[in-house]
Amino acid sequence: MKHTLWPHARPYALWIALGVACSAMEAVFELLIPLVMSDIVDVGIASGDQAYILRKGGLMVALAVASLCFGLGAAVASSVAGMGFGASLRRAEYGHIQTFAFSNIERFSTASLVTRLTNDVHNLQMSLMMSMRLMVRAPVMLVSALFFSIRISVRLSNIFLVALPLLAVVVAVLLVTTGPLFRSLQEKTDALNLVVQENLAGIRVVKSFVREDRERMKFQQRNDDLKNTSLRAFGKVVINMPLMMLIIYGTIIAVMWYGGQMVYAGTLEAGKLITYFTYITQIMMSLMMVSMIFMMLTRTVACAKRVAEVLGEAPAITDSGAEPGKDGLPLEPADGSIDFDHVSFKYSAESPGWILEDISLHIPPGSTVGILGGTGSGKTSLVSLIPRLYEADQGTVSVGGRPVAAYTMESLRESVSMVLQKNTLFTGTIRENLLWGNPEATEEELWAACRAACADEFLERMPGGLDTDLGQGGVNVSGGQKQRLCIARAILKKPKVLILDDSTSAVDTATDASIRAAFASELKDATKLIIAQRVASVREADLILVMDGGRIAAQGTHEELMEACGIYREVYQSQQEGGSIDG
Amino acid sequence: MAKHGPGPHGPGGPGGGFRKPKNIRGTLGKLMRYLGRYKLHLVLVAALLVASSACTVGGSYLIRPLINDYILPGDFPGLARMLAVMAMVYVLGAVCTFGYSRIMVHISQTTVAKIRADLFGNMQDLPLKFFDTHTHGELMSRYTNDIETVSEALNNSFGSLVSCTLNFSGTIAMMLVLSPPLTLVTFATLAVMLLVVKTIGSRSRRYFADQQKALGEVNGYIEEMIEGQKVIKVFNHEREAQEGFQRRNEAYRDAATRAQVFAGMMMPAMGNLNYINYAVTCCVGGLLAIRNGDLGGLAAFLQYSRQVGQPITQISQQVNTLLSAVAGAERIFEIMETPPEDDQGKIRLVRAAEDESGALARVHRDTNTWAWLKPDGTLVPLRGDVRFSHVSFGYDEDRTILHDVSLFAKPGQKIAFVGSTGAGKTTITSLINRFYEIQGGTITYDGLDVKDIAKESLRRSLGVVLQDTHLFTGTVADNIRYGRLDATDEEVEAAARLAGADGFIRHLPQGYQTVLSGDGGSLSQGERQLLNIARAACANPPVLILDEATSSIDTRTEKLIEKGMDRLMAGRTVFVIAHRLSTVRNAKAIMVLEQGEIIERGDHDSLLEQKGRYYQLYTGLEELA
Repeated sequence: MKHTLWPHARPYALWIALGVACSAMEAVFELLIPLVMSDIVDVGIASGDQAYILRKGGLMVALAVASLCFGLGAAVASSVAGMGFGASLRRAEYGHIQTFAFSNIERFSTASLVTRLTNDVHNLQMSLMMSMRLMVRAPVMLVSALFFSIRISVRLSNIFLVALPLLAVVVAVLLVTTGPLFRSLQEKTDALNLVVQENLAGIRVVKSFVREDRERMKFQQRNDDLKNTSLRAFGKVVINMPLMMLIIYGTIIAVMWYGGQMVYAGTLEAGKLITYFTYITQIMMSLMMVSMIFMMLTRTVACAKRVAEVLGEAPAITDSGAEPGKDGLPLEPADGSIDFDHVSFKYSAESPGWILEDISLHIPPGSTVGILGGTGSGKTSLVSLIPRLYEADQGTVSVGGRPVAAYTMESLRESVSMVLQKNTLFTGTIRENLLWGNPEATEEELWAACRAACADEFLERMPGGLDTDLGQGGVNVSGGQKQRLCIARAILKKPKVLILDDSTSAVDTATDASIRAAFASELKDATKLIIAQRVASVREADLILVMDGGRIAAQGTHEELMEACGIYREVYQSQQEGGSIDG
Repeated sequence: MAKHGPGPHGPGGPGGGFRKPKNIRGTLGKLMRYLGRYKLHLVLVAALLVASSACTVGGSYLIRPLINDYILPGDFPGLARMLAVMAMVYVLGAVCTFGYSRIMVHISQTTVAKIRADLFGNMQDLPLKFFDTHTHGELMSRYTNDIETVSEALNNSFGSLVSCTLNFSGTIAMMLVLSPPLTLVTFATLAVMLLVVKTIGSRSRRYFADQQKALGEVNGYIEEMIEGQKVIKVFNHEREAQEGFQRRNEAYRDAATRAQVFAGMMMPAMGNLNYINYAVTCCVGGLLAIRNGDLGGLAAFLQYSRQVGQPITQISQQVNTLLSAVAGAERIFEIMETPPEDDQGKIRLVRAAEDESGALARVHRDTNTWAWLKPDGTLVPLRGDVRFSHVSFGYDEDRTILHDVSLFAKPGQKIAFVGSTGAGKTTITSLINRFYEIQGGTITYDGLDVKDIAKESLRRSLGVVLQDTHLFTGTVADNIRYGRLDATDEEVEAAARLAGADGFIRHLPQGYQTVLSGDGGSLSQGERQLLNIARAACANPPVLILDEATSSIDTRTEKLIEKGMDRLMAGRTVFVIAHRLSTVRNAKAIMVLEQGEIIERGDHDSLLEQKGRYYQLYTGLEELA
């Protein structure tokens, strides 16, 4: 864990060192002040030397000012180091996620990645800052206060031999007993939040089935759980303070008793005794601070683990097999031909069955391929292997006559454009989103792509045209409009292979047909793969694949399949009974 | 003002919660009502707080007689007695501190649990409109951040604030008793301290606001980009995404560093000002002591002057925590005070059976017959006769979605709605079960105005299968049983078979006992829809509403489950919305909706004969916008 996080703190090593030194110096100077005070009492007051008192007083003020300067220095250094570390860690983590393959993203889940980038990093940067301020201060305080006390009187300091172990035991017991309670508190909180989250997401279901009472019951159960755990946890924590107070006060009384006798016997000066009180309070306070830091750190350790997990995750797909092209530029696919050679694939090594099994296939460049098949038959998996979103487990997938691994991912995906089933538009204008496809696209090219995707008709009606603001996640356009914009974005890449994964499901039949017509004229040379539910969408394709249970059940043209393939006929007939409209 | 305002404490701390409360007095009043049932507890807490402060402050005063009267003269039996008194005072102080903290934990945790329960309980009764206009993240943060700050404030700040104030005034009082001239020195320092708190504090608050804004921006960007990570990969957009991120990341770093420097300066500034005070006190006290020889008094005063600064920093911290807690509580109460769904209906749904004479009578066993029980005790048989007359509706008052819609569904009929997105199909079905209130016209159900039917009964009589599936964490069987909580295992499986879900369920690792989590993320959309249908089948309602219930099920599977669906629909009034016209073809009445109006109605054949909109849709001639 240290290995993965420390490199991001290293650029701030100087700041950290400076902060630590400042904190330490601040503590030492603070502790020198009571020592001077004892001189005032024992020398100044005893001899009635006013000038001495004023001199020593001035020294104390000087010490305080020095301590203040160090304190401010520590504040600056710890802030710069803490926030800098956070920014650097966040950048590294975010950058590392950019190298993730789809399988890596799915392993963590999107929501968990977001938490690990936001809350966890935030917690870590704050912890680093706070530990620089406190973690150094407390031990330095403890050690120097002990040192000064022993110098004042070794005999009196024997009291610490009793008090310190006692305090240590109290802190240790408390940490050991509350630790698991706080972990369980976190679990109960998560469980409660889960109920709320699911309730919010499914509120229509809850209301339709009149299950409000059941939801309340479910919530109440978790709520009671949480309440009882927090009562136990916080109930334990509140013992902390009074118990420590008792030990501190016990020590003060013992010092009074023994110290008082020593003062009377003349082996200790009264001023030293007063200074001694100050140190006792100081020592105990710093111990309390240490216990607080420990509590904070247990949470931080969990965060650090979660961030380190992300940083330690090896990208499932890398460019390590990429071959150089001519002139040292990355190799580019020569054309849009696609070959599958005995390809088998599954999403996780543990799952028993294949998602795709022993697929062999040749698609010549420039052809149009339709892919049909039932839910879970492997259509999406099949096309995902082409831009190498996932890696085939057995066999090879080739584009342009060479295995996909021979290209860098960037050059492969520059040539293979895919419109995902669950597609996203980003905050910004329509133009900004379209430029994702080609940052250098001219106004004419943008409109041409929109025309091909049949997005021009609604764009022209929009007040801002291409500069209409989409709002977060593209909330200002309907499902069908969004799909058409996503297609336009993909076309702008001028790809050699264009893949549409059920990308016109929310578009009506007529528009769907004109989009396909545009493909035939505008993207003549590109190989087009179209996954569809409707036979009509793929009917004119050069090749139609019928997928069933991870295999290609049949392939051929519409006419061939009508003759040879039972499944295809069945699907065709079921859809002939009615058209389909924009849903 | 976040909890980590100008104080040194509070690592982490939730983003947001930076708003000032609008109505402090009113919100505090509401919080007080929650604390009302702990009146006795609170009185006890107050007493213990006073006692504990008195002990802490008084204990230090004892140092003076200890030194002056016993140690310096060497009166050891007296010293022993005095120390015993001191020990008792301290023990009493510790016990009181423990006592009030323990009681406060009890009060705060039970109160917070009650607030949470009330918040969730009230939220269940809110109209759908409320959930439409608030994001999940926003509502979730009521349960996480806001409740957390309230809990924190009740747990610590309340007690700390009072005890700090008591300690502070007690200390000042004792200082005055010990030495008025020295107290003047302290006052001077305190004035400087307050000035520092004020200047650093107000700058720090401004910087914190900047920091929170920058944090919000970087977190928002992260959320959106990670959500769309797959699209980023497909478009080779990693570099641009990283640049956009880095810009926000750096902006946040700058703002955060500035804010944290200021916040971090507070502690050393206060601590060392206190030391300067200590130094000056030492000097002046020393000069005074030369004259009056009150060494014990000086020792006690020095002890006080070390303590006097602490409450100031603490109070300023706790006030910030308290303010952000009040702001949090305000947002919580805002939700609690949102008016619940209008539910004045008195008519209830009951099970019924025909007796020998053929008259309907209420029974308490499971029959397949239902009836409406009017408040006057008469029974109206439930038949599923739904009529809209001149209904108009809009989600916003000023934007009407449905204009003057009239329609009727005869019992046992299958009614279908077709039309393009935004034509108002889903809206119509959401009005039948009163998810939303209509603005004009009436909707009747078996001749009864739906407004007169208790919502709970109305919705129980309607089974809705929505396009957006939602599954809850739990087993597959639990999810199906959500339709009817007392369904037996056999009934659950029968419902699954009816919906055609039995097949894939049996292939899951643990069959019906497979635990689903994350909204059934391991299932395909089609499988989730099958489970949704099974859930409705399990509920066995007299009227069914299928809103694109099979949209993600491929046509072949749809064909396979058609028999089950037919059996499910048999004898019920069914409202169907579907974009595949094959699904609605055999409906008794098909309504073609356009822009909130029914423009055609009839059965499949008669609509085709009309050669109108439906004909165009069916033959795929017309494009829908």
